[in-house]
Amino acid sequence: MNAGRVLSKGLVRLWLPVLLVAVWWYASADSSNIYFPPLATILETFQRDWLTARALDDLVPSLTKLVIGFLLAAFGGIALGTLLGLSPRVRSAVEPIMQFLRSLPPPVLLPIGLLLFGITGAMNIFIIVFGAIWPTVLNTADGVRSLPPELRDMARSYRLGFRQRLFAVVLPNAAPQIFSGLRVTLQLSIILIVVSEMVAAVDGVGFYVLNSQQTFAVAETWAGTLLLGVIGYLTTLVFLLAQRRVLAWQTGMHQTRKA
Amino acid sequence: MGVLTMTGMTENTGAAALEVILELQGVEKAYGSGSTRTQVLDGVDFAVNRGEFICVVGPSGSGKTTLLRCIAGLMPPSGGRTLFEGDVVTEPPAKLAVVFQDYSRSLLPWMTVRRNIELPLKNKFARGERAERIEHALRSVGLAGKGDLYPWQMSGGMQQRAAIARGLAYQPDVLLMDEPFAAVDAQTRIDLEDLVLDIQREYNTTVLFVTHDIDEAVYLADRVVVLSGAPTTVSHEIPVDLPRPRDQVQTKLDPRFAQLRTRIFELIQNAKSSSVINRA
Ligand SMILES: Nc1ncnc2c1ncn2[C@@H]1O[C@H](COP(=O)(O)OP(=O)(O)O)[C@@H](O)[C@H]1O
Ligand SMILES: [Mg+2]
Repeated sequence: MNAGRVLSKGLVRLWLPVLLVAVWWYASADSSNIYFPPLATILETFQRDWLTARALDDLVPSLTKLVIGFLLAAFGGIALGTLLGLSPRVRSAVEPIMQFLRSLPPPVLLPIGLLLFGITGAMNIFIIVFGAIWPTVLNTADGVRSLPPELRDMARSYRLGFRQRLFAVVLPNAAPQIFSGLRVTLQLSIILIVVSEMVAAVDGVGFYVLNSQQTFAVAETWAGTLLLGVIGYLTTLVFLLAQRRVLAWQTGMHQTRKA
Repeated sequence: MGVLTMTGMTENTGAAALEVILELQGVEKAYGSGSTRTQVLDGVDFAVNRGEFICVVGPSGSGKTTLLRCIAGLMPPSGGRTLFEGDVVTEPPAKLAVVFQDYSRSLLPWMTVRRNIELPLKNKFARGERAERIEHALRSVGLAGKGDLYPWQMSGGMQQRAAIARGLAYQPDVLLMDEPFAAVDAQTRIDLEDLVLDIQREYNTTVLFVTHDIDEAVYLADRVVVLSGAPTTVSHEIPVDLPRPRDQVQTKLDPRFAQLRTRIFELIQNAKSSSVINRA
C-alpha cells in the first residue's frame, strides 16, 4: 500500500467529522445560550477535568470497573457458552432460565444490584456482568455447536484429548462467532457502566456527567459526554485490533478464496 | 515383519503365512429407522494382512465412506464387527490414521501445516522427536520447507499432501484413505498415487484405500475388494499380480493391467444393474 492511498483513505473518512467540528466551533463561538456553551469553553473544561491529574478521580474508577466488568462478562460468557454448546443436557436444563434472564432489560437489574451491593463499584460491575454477558454466551454456544463433522471426525480419529479438542479445535472454530458476541458485550458494558454510575455511584464518568447536569455545570456536562464518546470509540478500536490479530487466519482465508 | 511384507507385495498366494491386521466380520450398517430405514452395508467380510495395500472399489453411494467410518471406530456398525489386531473396534484405534475425502475441511485453517501435523503427535512423542517426525513427513510428501504455510495458502494437491503427512507422522500401522485424490487434477493425482506407493514402501504401512476409480485401484493395490451396489456386500476380491515397483507408463501398458481393469469394470457394472433390478 502506498502512502498516497493511505492518506486519501484517511481524508475520505475524516472530512465529515472535521467539517462538523468546524461548524460546531464557529456556530457556537459567541453563543450566550447557557445550554450551548462555545465549543472552546467545552474543550477548556475537557482539558481541565480530563487531561490533568483530576481525571484520576473519575476516569480511573470508571475504566477499572469497565475493564473488570467486561473481562468477567467475556470470560464468564465464553465459559458458560462453551458448556452450553458442548452439552445438550446442560443446554436443555439452563435454556429456559437463561432466556428469562436475557429478556430482562439490563437497567431493571439496578435496584436489585443496589439491594445486594449498595452504592459500590461491585454493584456497577454486577450490572455489567449480568446485563452484558448474554450475547457472548449465546454466540459462543452457537459457535461451539457449529463444529464441522469433518473436524469432529478428525479430532476423534486422532484421539485428541479434551483440552486439545477444546483449545485447538472447538474454540478456534467458534472464534469468529465469539468475537461478534464479545463486540456486543463490549458495547453493552460501556452503556451499562455509564447508566449504573448515573444511578448509583460516588465517582466515575457517568456520575460526573449527571452530577454536573444536576448542578447546572453545563460545560462539564458537555465535556463528560464528549469523554464518553471518546472512551467508546477507543475501546472499540482496541477491541477491533485484538480481533484482527486473533482472527488473522480467517481474514487471510477469505482473501485467498476471493482471489 | 519386513520379510512378510515383501512376500505380501510380490506373491499374494501365500496368504496363510501372513498376519491379519484388520478383519471385517459381517459388518452391517443401516441409517434411519422405521420406514425410512435403509440398509447400506449388508454383511461385509474381508481381511487385510499386515503390509498389504488394499483398494476398495464401489460406485458412488455404495457405502464406501460408511464402511471406512465403521473400520475407523468413528461409527458403530449396526451388525457384525471389525477386529483390529484381534481386538473388536469400539473407538478409534491408536495405531490407525485416516486421510479423509475432504482434505480441505479436515485441516485446521487456524494452524500452520506444521502445527496441524504436530497436534495429534503431542500425546505420543516428546517435543524433539515430534519436530523430527514432522520434517521427515513433510519431506516424504514433497512439502519440505512449506511447514509454515497455512492450509488455505496451498493448492488442493498440497493440502492433500499435508493431510497425508499428518497421517504419516502419526506413524499408524494402518492408514485408511477415503477417495483421497477425487478432487485434485489429473497430473497431481498421478503424482500423489506414486507418492502413496513410495511412502507405503518406506514406512511399511498397511493401506486401505477407498476409491471409485478402477484404474487407480488396479494401479495401487495388492488386492482389490469389489463392493456390490447397495445394500452392499463384497462381491469379489481380485488379487493384483502386477509386478512392483509400479510405473505409471509401464504398468498401465501391461496387458494384465487391461485385463484386470476390464474384469473389475464388468463386476461393478453387473453389481449396479443387479441392484437396480433389486430396487425395482
Ligand atoms: N449420516 C447418514 N445418514 C443417512 N444416510 C446416510 C448417511 N451417510 C450416508 N448415508 C447414505 O448411505 C449411502 C452410502 O453413503 P456413503 O457411505 O457416503 O457412500 P460412498 O462413500 O460409497 O459414496 C448413501 O445412499 C448415503 O445417502
Ligand atoms: Mg464417500
